[in-house]
Amino acid sequence: MILEVKNGYFGYAKDNTILKDISFTLGEKEIMTILGQNGIGKTTILKCVTGILKWQQGQTLIDGKPIGPSRESREQVNIGYVPQAHSLSFPYTVREVVTMGRARHIGLFSVPSKNDRKMVEQAIDEVGIGYMRDKLCTQLSGGQLQLVFIARALAGEPKALILDEPESHLDFRNQFMILNLIKKLVRERGISCIINTHYPEHALRISDTTLLLGRDSYLFGRTGEIITEEKVRDYFGIDVRILPVPYINKEIKAFVVLDNLDSRQDVCSCSK
Amino acid sequence: MIVKQKNLKLAWMALLSLLAATFFVSLFWGRYLISPGEVGRILIDGLRGVEQDGMAASIVWGIRMPRTLLNVLVGAGLAIAGASFQGLFQNPLVSADVLGVSSGAAFGASFGILLSGINNFTTAMALVFGILSVFMTYTLSKLRGESSTLSLVLSGMIISAVFSALISLIKYVADPYDKLPAITYWLMGSFANASYSNLKLVGAPILIGIAVLLMLRWRINILSLGDEEAYSLGVNPVKIRLVIIVMATLITAACVTVTGVIGWVGLVIPHICRMIMGVDHKNLLPTSCIVGAIFMIIVDIIARTATAAEIPIGILTALVGAPFFAILFKKTKGGWQ
Repeated sequence: MILEVKNGYFGYAKDNTILKDISFTLGEKEIMTILGQNGIGKTTILKCVTGILKWQQGQTLIDGKPIGPSRESREQVNIGYVPQAHSLSFPYTVREVVTMGRARHIGLFSVPSKNDRKMVEQAIDEVGIGYMRDKLCTQLSGGQLQLVFIARALAGEPKALILDEPESHLDFRNQFMILNLIKKLVRERGISCIINTHYPEHALRISDTTLLLGRDSYLFGRTGEIITEEKVRDYFGIDVRILPVPYINKEIKAFVVLDNLDSRQDVCSCSK
Repeated sequence: MIVKQKNLKLAWMALLSLLAATFFVSLFWGRYLISPGEVGRILIDGLRGVEQDGMAASIVWGIRMPRTLLNVLVGAGLAIAGASFQGLFQNPLVSADVLGVSSGAAFGASFGILLSGINNFTTAMALVFGILSVFMTYTLSKLRGESSTLSLVLSGMIISAVFSALISLIKYVADPYDKLPAITYWLMGSFANASYSNLKLVGAPILIGIAVLLMLRWRINILSLGDEEAYSLGVNPVKIRLVIIVMATLITAACVTVTGVIGWVGLVIPHICRMIMGVDHKNLLPTSCIVGAIFMIIVDIIARTATAAEIPIGILTALVGAPFFAILFKKTKGGWQ
């Protein structure tokens, strides 16, 4: 499916709009990354696209058709959302959590059917967490929990997958594994994908398009054209080099941070 | 400790047989002991429509049967309402009266006793004020312009505090030789007034509440993830939450109305059931019903047989339940964490 956002505006407080005039298009089987500093509105974009939050102006279109403003019509759009790994209020087993991903396919007064259980097992196997399907989610590590949430989103048979910093809190081996998993899902399931990330090299590695979000402006385009040394300097205020590293018969781009351009600015400008 | 998926059916059967067994014990055990064989005969005769007279038959059919049925209804109702609320508010420490229904109903009953003693008017007052208090809590929580669980719980605390203060006020002004003891005993809870007319009064609301909650049992899982994740999974939590609150309130108000305030059941039975069956509300809710009913029957048998005078059941649910819970808690090392 093709997912479009046209002129989206959003702010949590009335006089403070954090997203202004956002437009982008996510094509079929494409991966899009969103990069930007902490607190700049990356997660907010994802929540507006999935319908957890509501655009104040503008709209999301699926295959050219706008999603209506009502909650109900937004519920029908099948977009799987994978939140950042967080602890659950009750110690559900992995299988129970993944089953909850079927919610939109299960009637209000029903319980999961045989078909639902089949889809759940399939999602669990696809993500490769079959060995821990009966474990309690409270006993899992952050990386394992992230996989469980991905499986939960897949169990809902989504047409697009939206992931909020899926590789944060993970060691680099697991980061790599998550990225490969996303690539595999896009290839095999034919779904589209939007990913928030803090790692430009991850974006360079897996995404087709990139949205670089700044405080008052943003850039959207092919990843190679967006993540360049000049643009990263403009948007993050740091001096970087992007270097090609030859590997077998392709080039992998390495991202090296050199220096902070503006020494007055704090290392982490987290405040909104 | 947690029952495996494939043994679930076996566990259901075991719990149901235990319920049937305690139910039967409750019919023959008491200050007036009737032999199990005779109770069996009386039951079969009664069901076949044979005319019966004599002390034993009237005790079994007239006194113990309605009382035990009420035990089952109230135990199952309080437990399932507690389990639903714990899922809904994502907090294993809330109980069914978190929104103020118990204190509201208790105030209504106290006020009724103050005005006219224990009669049908009192019962009606308890029911009206129980539902009114939750309505007030819900309206208050909306004042902040959102219906989050936090604002609901806070509003519940406010309303409960007001009604608790009003109960104290009523006790303070009540006649200390007549009305005050009546109010105090009522607040401790008792099944002594159980009768078929009581059963008729509260049977329908409790059964309807239980049925609706059981139908929604899997949805409570989704609601226990919080509103944002519920939306992201394609579920609108607001309406379902309202339905669950209304049903749990209906159950609790009906229970408080006929038996007074019985604490601890709605809090601890769901915990015990999580240790047996796991946290999936699909299994937890029906288990809570059965275990709640068993627990209530056993505690009520103790309440009416342990001493010459009947012990208020609100005291016993805590005295029996707390040590039992402590043992389970130690055995499972905190169990479900």
